[in-house]
Amino acid sequence: MRLEPREHSSLLLRAVVPFGSAVVALLACSVLILWADASPVQAFFLFIKGSVGSKFALSETLARTIPLIFTGLAVAVAFKAKLWNIGAEGQLYGGACMATWLGTGMIDLPGWLMLPLLFAAGALLGGLLLLGPTLLKTWLAVDEVVTTLLLNFIILLFVNYLVFGPWKDPMAMGWPQAAPMVDTALLSTLLAKTRLHMGLIWAFGASVLLWLFMRFTTWGYQIRAVGYNAGASRFAGIPVNPVVVRTALISGGLAGCAGVSELCGLKGYLTLDLSPGFGYSGIVVAMLAGLHPLGVVVAAFFVAMLSIGADSMSRALNISNYIADVATAVSLLAVLVSMLLVRYRIRWK
Amino acid sequence: MPDQTPFLHISKITKKFGSVFACDSVTLQLQQGEILALLGENGAGKTTLMNILFGHYVADSGSISIGGKELTPGSPRRALKVGLGMVHQHFSLADNMSVLDNITLGTESMFGLWRKSGEARQKINKLINTYELDVDPRSIVKNLSVGQRQRVEILKALYRDSRILILDEPTAVLTPQEAEHLFATLRLLVDKGLAIIFITHKLREVMAVSDRCLVLRHGKVSYESRTRDTDVDTLAREMVGGEVPVVEQLPTSPGKKVLSLEGVGVKNSDGYSLLHDVSLELRGGEIIGIAGVSGNGQSHLADLISGLLSADKGSFELLGEAVVSPTPMGMLKRGVGRIPEDRTGTGLVGDMNVQENLILENYWTKKVSHFGLLKADFMRKNAKDIMEQYDVRCGGEDLPVRLMSGGNMQKLILGRVLSEEPSVIMANQPTWGLDVGAAAFVHSRLIRASRDGVGIIIISEDLDELFKVADVIQVMYKGTLSPPVRPADTDAREMGLAMSGHLEVFASTVAEAHHEA
Amino acid sequence: MDILHMFLEVGFWMAVVRMATPLLFGTLGELICERAGVLNLGVEGIMAAGCMAGWTWVYMGGDLWGGVLFAAAVGGGIGLVHAIFTVHLGLSQHVTGLGITMLATALSSFVFRMVLPDVTTPPKIIPFAPLDIPILGDIPLLGPVLFNQSPLTLLAIFMVFFIGWFLKYTPAGLALCMTGENPMAVESQGLSVFAIRTCAVVAGSALMAIGGAFLTLSAFDAFYIGMVNGRGWICIALVVFSSWKPSKALVGVVLFAVFDALQMRVQQDISMVVPYQFYLMMPYVLSIAALILMSRRSAYPKALLVPFRKGER
Repeated sequence: MRLEPREHSSLLLRAVVPFGSAVVALLACSVLILWADASPVQAFFLFIKGSVGSKFALSETLARTIPLIFTGLAVAVAFKAKLWNIGAEGQLYGGACMATWLGTGMIDLPGWLMLPLLFAAGALLGGLLLLGPTLLKTWLAVDEVVTTLLLNFIILLFVNYLVFGPWKDPMAMGWPQAAPMVDTALLSTLLAKTRLHMGLIWAFGASVLLWLFMRFTTWGYQIRAVGYNAGASRFAGIPVNPVVVRTALISGGLAGCAGVSELCGLKGYLTLDLSPGFGYSGIVVAMLAGLHPLGVVVAAFFVAMLSIGADSMSRALNISNYIADVATAVSLLAVLVSMLLVRYRIRWK
Repeated sequence: MPDQTPFLHISKITKKFGSVFACDSVTLQLQQGEILALLGENGAGKTTLMNILFGHYVADSGSISIGGKELTPGSPRRALKVGLGMVHQHFSLADNMSVLDNITLGTESMFGLWRKSGEARQKINKLINTYELDVDPRSIVKNLSVGQRQRVEILKALYRDSRILILDEPTAVLTPQEAEHLFATLRLLVDKGLAIIFITHKLREVMAVSDRCLVLRHGKVSYESRTRDTDVDTLAREMVGGEVPVVEQLPTSPGKKVLSLEGVGVKNSDGYSLLHDVSLELRGGEIIGIAGVSGNGQSHLADLISGLLSADKGSFELLGEAVVSPTPMGMLKRGVGRIPEDRTGTGLVGDMNVQENLILENYWTKKVSHFGLLKADFMRKNAKDIMEQYDVRCGGEDLPVRLMSGGNMQKLILGRVLSEEPSVIMANQPTWGLDVGAAAFVHSRLIRASRDGVGIIIISEDLDELFKVADVIQVMYKGTLSPPVRPADTDAREMGLAMSGHLEVFASTVAEAHHEA
Repeated sequence: MDILHMFLEVGFWMAVVRMATPLLFGTLGELICERAGVLNLGVEGIMAAGCMAGWTWVYMGGDLWGGVLFAAAVGGGIGLVHAIFTVHLGLSQHVTGLGITMLATALSSFVFRMVLPDVTTPPKIIPFAPLDIPILGDIPLLGPVLFNQSPLTLLAIFMVFFIGWFLKYTPAGLALCMTGENPMAVESQGLSVFAIRTCAVVAGSALMAIGGAFLTLSAFDAFYIGMVNGRGWICIALVVFSSWKPSKALVGVVLFAVFDALQMRVQQDISMVVPYQFYLMMPYVLSIAALILMSRRSAYPKALLVPFRKGER
């Protein structure tokens, strides 16, 4: 077997990639569903119904899309610079902690000022959390995959300490959660009687801004050049390490925003189940989107569908909802292969 | 000496990549005890043919037989077993392992419980003595010189009792004296009954060492002859397929000093000395050629002038001002154009398109960007202009450069450098791997630039190239630079001596030449 | 409590060895992959799969060694997927490894739920009993610490020496190391880089899975979702710490386990002063510290992370 580079890969081929991956993921799940003695057709129907089949379902899916857009963008921008940020989960909690610290009574400003402040503060801490591993990478060549990942465990334990210890809300009847956010710090609802909140607009805004940034600014150009070929960038006079550090701040910041928007839009107070692994799903989202900021929106919606739809489907059919995680992982692997097929042709001799 | 049935018979091999014929019905015969020179430009199909012979590729049609037996296609293992041995141009050795490890790899059963290192060492020592291949089996490859590494490659083949030895551009990295030594070894080998294919583009070597020669052009055999019945000019014409492009030699009149190095030393971050004592004086309108066997510090000199390394002793002056802490950006701003050795690794960003690659070194200037926003219309126009002026032929300015040929890539880099109107150009191996046409293009553009007043430094391992374009040559050996010498005042033998460490051979000629200038 | 006194205690050292065993399997497995030039970020998931597979086998009525073998087979199978992706298709080793971890973790949880749909407290199995070796086991201190352990622990220690010998003295070991240094050198000698790397990744992944199986079949007696708890990632850090040498991996793992056991002991004594979460952070902090410590000195395999494509040079 040999891989032969394609001279031209058509737009159609490139558009087919994410859909092909989605189909592969659903096929893989059908096998598991058959194993669980259920009908894949019925399961698929329930899946669609549960994810986009009603106003409520759609609003749930869109609400789930919000944090995934943020973490997906965080991963996409980092991966674009070949900075393997696997720590979006920790950075998300970092952002949420910062917002909790400021937004549970320490300061109280009018809403139009309060929210931008909380987002900025959350982004700052998220960025700073990625700064450490990034500096270790640029100075000492310490692999950032392992450090960012290990940092997730450390940050989660720290949040655990906070919500069981100093930040524990005495009014919460013993539940490990922090005090509720002040009213001005809450993102308003987008659609009445649903959990869909203004965070969606913030997330859209972020992805459009990031796209413009990557496409039209010299800073974005630098990030792309460094990611594609750090050696050539260094030779051409692009300050490689500062660019990587700058990218880290953006990436960590976006992940921090995910935490702020979940906290202020959905939960209202800090708990340990703020994120069921949005940081890790962000990797899948970014890869499905081909690291394109606008594609992230679509990919995030797809991954949100997977989890919301699979949740409701598995409840109805009594199948474990881990099937959603399986589907997400399979679609990541499938998108890797299909991206290869866009660039190469496989010859079987 | 040659009998009638050929030992190696390659018959009508054809191989297509996409719509391009890499090999088009190539037929080749080789007798025992014979040296065949295989000639051809880059991209003529030599490498593909050898890859087919060694089973890395499978031919679309045609057959290969060795000693009268058909060779199973697509199996490197079989190829080695029937006695094919190859010395690659870029050595296939693991730097951190010993010579013994590199040679014995894959010669024992993979299910063996203990390596038979003792026996292996004996056999290797015997081969070393028989063929005068001086190298210590216990040493680690990274500590060996280029010439020694090549001997390890030859030993790899001999250890497997190869009967056919193929050498791919074996002299590219050797001094003329080392090349002589290699030729003697090859003679010894054919006397013992081996057959040798010698791939090269250096015609003088073909005449010196081969019994027969064969020229490939565009995947076809275009010429075949006994060496004694042909001459250098015929071979050159057959290789290029027409008259060889002549690089116009223009008269030179060096102007004022643009760059000077005086006793410069460079250390790496571990304190290991990369350059010891480098002195050089470049004037506008002059081309200085830096010769030397690869790995003697040429790349560090290039890095120094490109702004990637800084000197820790001596003085480095550019246009009359001292260079204190150089950066690539700083050097660009002061008018140094750089053509790097590795086009795809450091010169260009393969996944970006032509437009984006052309602004890699000046994206921050006013003409390319404003308030941090890139000017799309400038980028497109700039790309169109440079592609036209420098004869870059490819699918357009939106094409990712990784899909371009080496020649087009180099023209792109050349265009990027020259369009900024530099006062100094640092060109490291500017024609490496290019075909004759593209190489001539690069040479003529560089010469023209120098005659317009640019000072140029060209680093090359190819002496012929330096004799062709340089006004003055300096030889680099172990981080030291010889005094300058004019090509007219020296010859290949003297250069070879200098390249192997006798930098003093120029001491006498130098003084006069320098004072005259 | 007197720390010196603790170091002389049999119980302390037994705990150290117990904690070191799964890490040793994981680290050795990762080491084999990386020596052949393939980074395997799937460790975490493969260990989880090993946990689940070993436990399920025994829970379904199989015997303990059958469980170990089954876990190894499952690990090897996942390794094969990783190898096909990274070696044969040349895909990003980083992203593939993460995908493998996600997939293996999710699948093990899913399968566990399939096997036991409605159970809140996971049922127990009878794990490996500690060995009772005469004579050797009677040596003071050393006897119980090394020989009064699960047979899997002895297997792990044996593997250190076996892999050390394999890499250094066998033709296959030479080929494996060479593949991690320069695949072209291997190809030019008629060996298949693809085959060697595939074998290395499969074998390494099987070892990792055995490390996972140790958790359910020896250290504990039940399977919990999330029980690997970052051990796989720690193994990756330990491989760097060991400079890719099996003997140093042993030293690194034991050192790590000593620190871990130490913090657990100290935690019981002064948990009033420092909250327990900070003790739980220690293994992760230690791993990062180990990476920083070895950052400049590490002589990593030259071809690590570099995919090999036939005919390209």
